[in-house]
Amino acid sequence: MSATLQTKTEARTMNGAEIVLQALKDNGVEVIFGYPGGAVLPLYDALFQQNAIRHILVRHEQAAVHAAEGYARSTGKVGVVLVTSGPGATNAVTGLVDALMDSIPVICLTGQVPTHLIGNDAFQEADTTGITRPATKHNYLVKDIAKLAGVVHEAFYVAKSGRPGPVVIDLPKDILIGKGPYSEAPQAAHRSYRPQTAPDMGQIRAAVRLLKGAKRPVVYAGGGVINSGPEASRLLTEFVRLTNMPCTNTLMGLGAYPSEDRQFLGMLGMHGTYEANLTMHGCDVMLNVGARFDDRVTGRLNAFSPNSKKIHADIDPSSINKNVKVDVAIVGDAGATLAALIECWHAEEMPQDKAAIDAWWRSIDGWRRNECLQYRQEGSIIKPQHAVKRLYELTQETGRETYITTEVGQHQMWAAQYFGFQKPNRWMTSGGLGTMGYGLPAAMGVQIAHPDALVIDIAGEASILMNIQEMGTLAQYRLPVKIFILNNEYMGMVRQWQELLHGSRYSESYSQSLPDFVKLAESFHATGMRVTEASQLDDAIREMLAHPGPVIADIAVAKDENCFPMIPSGAAHNEMILAPGQQGGVAGVTDEGKVLV
Amino acid sequence: MPDPSETTLRNATIAVLVENEAGILARVVGLFSGRGYNIESLTVASVDADRRLSRITIVTSGTDMVIEQIKAQLDRLVPVHKVSDLTLEGPHIAREMALIKVVGRGEHRMEALRLADAFRARVVDATTESFVFEMTGAGEKLDAFIGLMQPIGLAEVSRTGVVAIARGPGGLQS
Ligand SMILES: Cc1cc2nc3c(=O)[nH]c(=O)nc-3n(C[C@H](O)[C@H](O)[C@H](O)COP(=O)(O)OP(=O)(O)OC[C@H]3O[C@@H](n4cnc5c(N)ncnc54)[C@H](O)[C@@H]3O)c2cc1C
Ligand SMILES: Cc1ncc(C[n+]2csc(CCOP(=O)(O)OP(=O)(O)O)c2C)c(N)n1
Ligand SMILES: [Mg+2]
Repeated sequence: MSATLQTKTEARTMNGAEIVLQALKDNGVEVIFGYPGGAVLPLYDALFQQNAIRHILVRHEQAAVHAAEGYARSTGKVGVVLVTSGPGATNAVTGLVDALMDSIPVICLTGQVPTHLIGNDAFQEADTTGITRPATKHNYLVKDIAKLAGVVHEAFYVAKSGRPGPVVIDLPKDILIGKGPYSEAPQAAHRSYRPQTAPDMGQIRAAVRLLKGAKRPVVYAGGGVINSGPEASRLLTEFVRLTNMPCTNTLMGLGAYPSEDRQFLGMLGMHGTYEANLTMHGCDVMLNVGARFDDRVTGRLNAFSPNSKKIHADIDPSSINKNVKVDVAIVGDAGATLAALIECWHAEEMPQDKAAIDAWWRSIDGWRRNECLQYRQEGSIIKPQHAVKRLYELTQETGRETYITTEVGQHQMWAAQYFGFQKPNRWMTSGGLGTMGYGLPAAMGVQIAHPDALVIDIAGEASILMNIQEMGTLAQYRLPVKIFILNNEYMGMVRQWQELLHGSRYSESYSQSLPDFVKLAESFHATGMRVTEASQLDDAIREMLAHPGPVIADIAVAKDENCFPMIPSGAAHNEMILAPGQQGGVAGVTDEGKVLV
Repeated sequence: MPDPSETTLRNATIAVLVENEAGILARVVGLFSGRGYNIESLTVASVDADRRLSRITIVTSGTDMVIEQIKAQLDRLVPVHKVSDLTLEGPHIAREMALIKVVGRGEHRMEALRLADAFRARVVDATTESFVFEMTGAGEKLDAFIGLMQPIGLAEVSRTGVVAIARGPGGLQS
C-alpha cells in the first residue's frame, strides 16, 4: 500500500460505533429511536459524544420501531431504530413485521454478543438474524469491521429502494469497539438487487388502449402510490381527473387521492363504501396502481370483479398475479408509471366513450345515494362515527397540518371512513399486520418529525393499553400528541365478529377493569379529559386541539355499535352487509367464510 | 398468463444464482417453508473461481401461478442475482448422483454387478460382503437401479439431489 493511501485510511479509522454513526449521518439521519443495553453501550457512548444525531428514548423496543415507522411514513425518509441484543431485539420483532407488511423503510440496529461468544448461549444472546429473517426485507450480521460501513450504506439502499421495508443490522459488541476503516457510500450499482422502476412502454400502451376503450373503468390505488412519494399522488389526481374515472383507495392508500374530490368513492374492501365496492364489482376495466389485491379488499376471490380486464402497476413483480390474475402487468414505480400513462393517454388517438362513462357515473351516483356511511346521532350517547366526523371537521377549522395515526379495531375503520385526507403521508395505520398498540408510538414518531403539526392517535380503549408506557416518552420530549379514545368498553371489532359470526357469544372481548384514563394521563404529566355526553363533544374536542401539551381524551361512545358496511369474510363485493335500515344485499356467512380471518 | 383457478400441478427445475454469503441457504429454505412451497430437491455449491457466487438448483412443483410466485419471491431476495426456470426456458440437462451400498454374498453379488454394468454404475468400494456403487443420471434412472437393488441387498443410499443446466451456449452466468 502506498504511503498516501495509508495516511488516508488512517485518518478515516474509527471504532465500530463511530463508523455506524458516521454512516447514519452520511445517509441523512437526524433522529433515532432506541433503548440501551449492555451490547449497545459502545453506540450509546458514541452518541453521547456527538450532536448531529438526536436519540429519542422510548419505553419499549416495539414502540421504537413503530415510532420509526411513523417518522418514515410522514416524511418519506428511512426511520432508524437502535436496540440491545436478546430481549431488545425480540421486543422489536412485532414492529419489524409491521413495517414489512406495510412496506415501510426502517433500519433497526441490534446489539449482539461479541463474535467469539455467538452460539454459546451467552448472556442476552438471541439468534437475531435467524429470528428476523422472515421479519425483514433483508438482514445482516456484521462479523468483519472492514465491511461495517459498507453494510450500513447498503442497508439504506435496500430499505428504501424498490418495495421499501425493514432491514436489521446485527452488531456484535467487539465490532462496535474494534477499530476499522470508514468508507463513503459506493457509487456503483448494487451487485444483485436492482429493482425495476421504469415501466415498459409497450405495457403502458396496452394499458392505455384498454382504459380508453373502457365503458365502466375504475382506478384502485394503494399504499404504493404513497411509497412512491407525493409526486405520485399528484400524478394520480391528474390522471383520474384527465380521464374522468372514479377512484377508490385502499386503507393504505388513503390520502393518495383527495377525499373531498367528486371522483373519489372512498375506501374499498371489507369496510369500504357501497359505491366503491359495487364500482369494483361492476367495472369493465380496472387500473390497480400500487395496491396488492389484499384479501381485505378482494373478498371472495372467484367473485372479485368478475367481468373486468385488470391492469396492475406495481414495483414488486411478486405482487403481480399473486392473488388475482391480471391482463396487463406493469412493473415499475407508481410515479413513473402514472407519468407514462398520462403522456401516453395524450398521445393515443383512440377516443374515450364519453357517453358510456357518463352512464357509468349515473350508476355510481345511484349507489352513492344509498349514503352507506349515514348514521343517526340522537340522544346523549355519543356515536363513534359522530365523534370521528366532528374531530375531522373541528381539526379542519384549526387550519393546522394534521396527521392521524390509529390503533387497530373498529375505531380504525371509523377513522378511515369519516376522517378525510387531502394529501398523502398524513395517515398512519397498521394495515397488513393490524398491530394493536401501533398508534401511540407511531404518533410520537410523526410528532418528532413535525413538531408544530397536530398529531392525533384515534384509539380504542383496549389497543391503547398495549403501548401506554409511551406516555412517558411524550412527557420527556414534550410531544403534544392527542390521544382520542373511542371508548366502547369492548374490543369492539372482536365483539362485532362474535355478534355476527359466533351467535353473540362475547367470549373475553369485554374491556374489564379499565384504568381511569384521566388519572392515567395526569400521572404521566399529561392532561386527561373524559366525555360522556354528546352535547359536550364539540367543546371537548376544541379544548383538546387547543391544548399545547399531550392529551388523552377518553370519549365514552355507544358500546354496541357495529362498523358497516361490511363484506363478511368469504363473501363477494356485492354481498355487503349494510347498517340496519339500509338497502342492499345481506349475506349469510358460510362455514368456509368463518375459517377466514 | 397464470390462471388462479388452474389446479394442474407441474414440476419445475429452478436454477438460482446467488451471492455466496452466510445465511443465503436459510433465506431460500425459509422462503419455501414460510410460504408453503414444496421442495423436492435442493442442491447448492459455489460455482466461480473466487467463490463469490453459488448456484442453487431447486426442484419444486405447483400450479403455474405458484411457480411464477416462487420465481418472483426468489428474485426479490437481496442476494439473488438471477432466477431461471429451466423447465420452461428450453431444453436442459438434469443429473443426480447417488452412492448405493449393497450387502450380500454369493449369487447376489454377481447379480448386483451385472445390473450395475447395465446401468453404468461404477464400483467405488468393495469388501467380501458389500459394494458401494456410484451412479450418475436422471433421477428416474437412479430410482430404477435402486429399486432393482432392493431385493438383492440394498443397505444404504446417499443422493446429491438434482443439478441442472440449460443446453446450448446461453446460461445463467453469461
Ligand atoms: C381491522 C382491519 C380492517 C381492514 N379493512 C380494510 C378494508 O376494508 N379495506 C382496505 O383497503 N384495507 C383494509 N385493511 C388493510 C388491509 O389489511 C391491507 O393492509 C391493505 O388493504 C393493503 O393495502 P394496499 O393494497 O394498498 O397495499 P400495501 O400493503 O400498501 O402495499 C403496497 C403495494 O404497492 C407496491 N409498491 C410499493 N412501493 C411502490 C412504488 N414506489 N411504486 C409502485 N408500487 C409500489 C408494493 O409492492 C405493494 O404491492 C384492514 C386492516 C385492518 C387491520
Ligand atoms: C396485538 C394484537 N392482538 C390482537 C389483535 C386482534 N384484535 C383486532 S381488533 C381487537 C380489538 C381492539 O379493541 P379496541 O382497541 O378497544 O378497539 P375497538 O374495536 O373497540 O374500536 C383485537 C383484540 C390485534 N389486532 N393485535
Ligand atoms: Mg374498544
